[in-house]
Amino acid sequence: MIVDRLSGKAIFITGSTGFLGTALVEKLLRTVPDCQLYLLIRPGRTSTAADRIQKEILKNDCFDLLRETYGELFDEVIASRIHAVSGDVVSEGLNLSDQDRRLLSECDVVIHSAASVSFDSPLDQAVEVNLCGPRRVAEALIGARKEFETTKQTHFIAISTAYVAGKRKGLSPELPLNQTPFSLELDWRSEVSAARAARSDVDLKSREPRTLALFRKKAVAELGAAGEPVLVAKQEKLRTQWIHDEMVRAGIARATSVGWPDAYAYTKALGEKALLEKVDEVPISIVRPSIIESAMLEPKPGWIRGFRMAEPIIISYARGLLKEFPGVPEGVIDVIPVDMVASAIVVVAAKGPQNGSPEIFQVASGSRNPLKYAVLVNHVRTWFQEHPLYDPDGQPIMIPDWSFPGRGRVQAQLENTSKFLKALEQATGILPIRGSQADFIVDIERKRQAVDSALGYVELYGTYAETDAIFKIDNLMRLYSSLSAQEKSQFSFDPAQIEWESFIREVHLPSVVQHARVKTTPTKRPAKSREDRSRSQILSEERHLAVFDLENTIISSNVVDTYAWLATRRLPKLKKAFFAAELALQGPSLLALDRKDRGDFLRSFYRKYEGSRPERLQRDSQEFFNAYLLKKSFPAAIDRIRRHKSLGHKTLLITGALDFVLEPLKPLFDDIICAELELGDNGLYKGRSLSIPPIGEARASILAQYAEEHSLSLSESVAYADSTSDLPMLEAVGYPVCVNPEPKLAAIARKRGWHVEQWDKAKGLPPIYLPIGRSM
Amino acid sequence: MSPRPGFILEVDKSTPPALFWHGEGFRLEKLPSGSRVIYPPEALEPVEDPITSIATALENPVGDSQPLSSLLFPEMRLTIAFDDLSLPLPSMQSPDVRQLVIEQILETAAAKGVDDVVLIAALALHRRMTESELRHILGDRVYDSFAKTGRLQQHDAEDSSNLIHLGLTDKGEDVEINKRAATSDLLIYVNVNLVSMDGGHKSVATGLASYKSLRHHHNVKTMVHSRSFMDPHNSQLHSSNWRMGRLIRDSGVRIFQVETTLNTNTFPESFGFLQKREWEWNLRDRAGYLAASAALEKSPPWLSRKVLHSIRSPYQLTGVTAGEVEAVHEITIRNVFRQQLVEVQGQTDILTMGLPYIGPYNVNSIMNPVLVYCLGLGYFFNMYKGMPLVRKGGVLILSHPTRREFDPTFHPSYIDFFDNVLADTTDPIEIESKYENTFATDPWYVHLYRTGHAYHGVHPFYMWYWGAHALDHLGAVIILGGDPKTVHRLGFMSATTMSDALEMAQSVVGPDPSLTHLHSPPLVMSDVK
Repeated sequence: MIVDRLSGKAIFITGSTGFLGTALVEKLLRTVPDCQLYLLIRPGRTSTAADRIQKEILKNDCFDLLRETYGELFDEVIASRIHAVSGDVVSEGLNLSDQDRRLLSECDVVIHSAASVSFDSPLDQAVEVNLCGPRRVAEALIGARKEFETTKQTHFIAISTAYVAGKRKGLSPELPLNQTPFSLELDWRSEVSAARAARSDVDLKSREPRTLALFRKKAVAELGAAGEPVLVAKQEKLRTQWIHDEMVRAGIARATSVGWPDAYAYTKALGEKALLEKVDEVPISIVRPSIIESAMLEPKPGWIRGFRMAEPIIISYARGLLKEFPGVPEGVIDVIPVDMVASAIVVVAAKGPQNGSPEIFQVASGSRNPLKYAVLVNHVRTWFQEHPLYDPDGQPIMIPDWSFPGRGRVQAQLENTSKFLKALEQATGILPIRGSQADFIVDIERKRQAVDSALGYVELYGTYAETDAIFKIDNLMRLYSSLSAQEKSQFSFDPAQIEWESFIREVHLPSVVQHARVKTTPTKRPAKSREDRSRSQILSEERHLAVFDLENTIISSNVVDTYAWLATRRLPKLKKAFFAAELALQGPSLLALDRKDRGDFLRSFYRKYEGSRPERLQRDSQEFFNAYLLKKSFPAAIDRIRRHKSLGHKTLLITGALDFVLEPLKPLFDDIICAELELGDNGLYKGRSLSIPPIGEARASILAQYAEEHSLSLSESVAYADSTSDLPMLEAVGYPVCVNPEPKLAAIARKRGWHVEQWDKAKGLPPIYLPIGRSM
Repeated sequence: MSPRPGFILEVDKSTPPALFWHGEGFRLEKLPSGSRVIYPPEALEPVEDPITSIATALENPVGDSQPLSSLLFPEMRLTIAFDDLSLPLPSMQSPDVRQLVIEQILETAAAKGVDDVVLIAALALHRRMTESELRHILGDRVYDSFAKTGRLQQHDAEDSSNLIHLGLTDKGEDVEINKRAATSDLLIYVNVNLVSMDGGHKSVATGLASYKSLRHHHNVKTMVHSRSFMDPHNSQLHSSNWRMGRLIRDSGVRIFQVETTLNTNTFPESFGFLQKREWEWNLRDRAGYLAASAALEKSPPWLSRKVLHSIRSPYQLTGVTAGEVEAVHEITIRNVFRQQLVEVQGQTDILTMGLPYIGPYNVNSIMNPVLVYCLGLGYFFNMYKGMPLVRKGGVLILSHPTRREFDPTFHPSYIDFFDNVLADTTDPIEIESKYENTFATDPWYVHLYRTGHAYHGVHPFYMWYWGAHALDHLGAVIILGGDPKTVHRLGFMSATTMSDALEMAQSVVGPDPSLTHLHSPPLVMSDVK
């Protein structure tokens, strides 16, 4: 009967790239042979709607079964039944072409499944998609029908959520919200205009000098002296992020103030309301699923798309990151497999609309086959005890016992930990640490991020584990009982059929673990092999150029050392001691100057060479190289430069150090770009550089120019550097390598997956505490 | 009382533990009963007045040579070449014997009105010495008057403008040496003949040669057939050098060779226990040992190293001979053997020795793992005449911490060699054919050798060849107390205790092995019958 009713019908679907949408398209294609599907898809920046159908829907393993069935005919069959409609649910009229408006007007069923399902969407985004979206689609349909004077009936099915019930306790009926007890009469139009206004308010606020200064401070804290362009880009990124965060906060605040747990449920609820005002012009049914999880049977057990609500929590727990998750042990967690929801929608579509008034179907398990929170947790825990995840060392991760603490306690605990780690991070961030010690700081940062995301889960999803509402499914069951025995097995959506233990242990968790790409075997150190892989990419013959920074990348030394050594080389012993003491006193202010502006810092040192004789500096530099620089060099760095050279790559050194100091290093590089002092008429150095010192963002442009002059491709080049002030140079090449990175750069490298090398000075040499010049 | 000759002790229950050098420290090891310990002869009596002896030698040359003063004339070009810092070990207390000889020569030359005098340090492929090192060898007076005017040079084997090709030997060996030296009216070579390998024709033919010339005898084949290279009459290294030396002589280079020998007064009073046989230690020696070993053990290696490298040895002159190279060297070798040779009856299954903190190539620097290998398998193993002290297939146990430490200024190519060559293979022949040329001609290493203080890029290869004969001969090498990873890279086994090492050795040589310990310091050479 169902198949007959839908056979040959035209079905218009929004949100088909989503989790439920994909399942629905597959179910219709597989079970209803003759229906035509019109999929509304927003074209991407570079891809058309049809491209997106190919890439984002049909490539999914959801269609494995159909591919198998149709074999070589798959593409042909699909092309004859699926039609791309280019458009957008956030635009009035959906941005449809004339032809597509006609198509829409002639459809038999419209299934509106597009939604912003993220619980932490910005308020206005959730409002546009979830609140205005359904009504907009309905209006487009009504408008098109008027325009083309269509007479045949179209059934409008909106997918909502059971959680539109809000934070209420007790039974939640399958009724429009205004017909349920305790419903709050809200004017959805003013909610919409308020949300839109909030966006422009927050945007304005983000441009206030005080807020901008805050972003600046944060950018500097994260990147250090990375140079103006990089800092400015970061600052703008931070501003955009800040607006986003503010809008998310605004969403949660507004939602909770009117009785919903988050912006998702709140906008969905108002979306139903806005839509139902149109019920006189188009017959409407609403399907309200609870938490949709992986498929029980179709298209294959455990099929899931995207990482959803429960999955990150489960994986965080299995990794030992999330020690506690609040919840009431006897509370019911309402989960429903995606294939049941898809089946229910198909059956609702086949059944057709109810005349006169909207019909609502809740697809939820809680009232008929409740899954207790404690039972779920127990299954998850025992499963991971039997199938542990492994840490990078190949050791199984012990999972914590779940103690069902209250939400407040967990939240407070996590907040405190986060605050502590943040303080620790800030305190250690000031220290001049680099190399493997910097890794320790990056670890703190990662731990803090893990705690923060755990906190995010608790804040967002906490209420779902604590919810006391029971969703009634009388309409749904009535619909189910109207099916024939054969249909019941083909379109099964009776929640009583879920065997929770086997569903969780045999279907859901294996699927979640597989999708999370976590370590499930005790093989050792995949990280190592990844490192080897990226190193072999860096040392591939295809690379063009290897560019190196000097200080702390090749040599653990700096301009201060150089100056001090050269200045003291010819001083009598006692004066050397005085000089050393004086320099030591200047230490902190020099460090501060370097942090603030590297250019000024270097210039202050160039000035100190005023009046020096070039020949003498050259001679002394040779000695400095042997007595000091070589001993402070990283042998692995020198080996790396030589290896690049032997592979036929061009090797280039870009540094703010002075040319005479670098003279002994010349044979290592094809070219050296460095600072040169201006020579006076008297044959003595003036205390200033001939040109702008090649540091910070200047390096990136020098590098670009160099590459162009030599016809080298930067995307095929490697750059080695140690600090965030080298970011412009690192970002300019295809293969950035961070050498003994300072904490800020180490964090960036970890985030961006950049290769990191820890290179050390030669072992066994006496430590050199002071750069005091003496003959060897 | 005249000094006692060398001595072989048979270990019994009452024998105190034997002293082993262990890098920058010591070990005392109880050896199994029946083991032999070889003690060198005591230090010979020095000549009474070194300056008079030198003057006498210069004016009474041996072989076909005229006295020095009659070889000098006013308009001549005179070049004085001298051995570098790799001799003696440790460096001797001032004044260095080379300073005494050179001052004497310069005085005579000045009296004869010779103006054009150049001093050349005969480095071969060794590192250029630093100012303080040159001052130590030559004394401040000589250094100051020659260095400022550029008349003190260090031989540069890569300076093609200052090399001259003198021809090929009858075996087809290139002879290419320092041009200034070869084109002078007289070349005086001042040597320190610490061990029997040094001196003779090797002084000029090796010390002033180029890589092109050196490679004819510094290679695996020659080294495997030098049994040993400490015994000039049975050493291909020496026959090659002698062929070259004769060609140099025949091509008209006039050489006046001055060779000196020292006794084995190697360590000053505070380290007196090192010079004595353990059972003769008095209270002071025991206290000295305890104090020194405790202090060295508690210090970080770099500090111990600094302390030890600052030791200046109270060596004394036992002989000085001048004149024609071969005649001079015969006398010198007799002197060296008189001081160092001990007669030993029969070979041993296991040979043990302690390796000190210093070898020829790490003066004022780190004894890196490749140098550990060379000192043990190259130098000490080859301190024999007749046949090796350890039997074919026997085991050598060396005591040394063998840390993975390198000096990036002095030994840059060693790091590369250890990391990239030894990781691939430890077989000398494969190493030679696969890698030598690349390292020898590497522009960066040539640059560091010429302008810095680095050993030539090829030098670690020579170290490896030096041990080729031992590698060929031995059944296994165990490094007692060595860092396991580093030792493994060298191709050897490491052991934590002597009893572990002996157990491992027995799995190679069989049960109930004979064991001989080569006691050093001072240097000792076995005449194995």
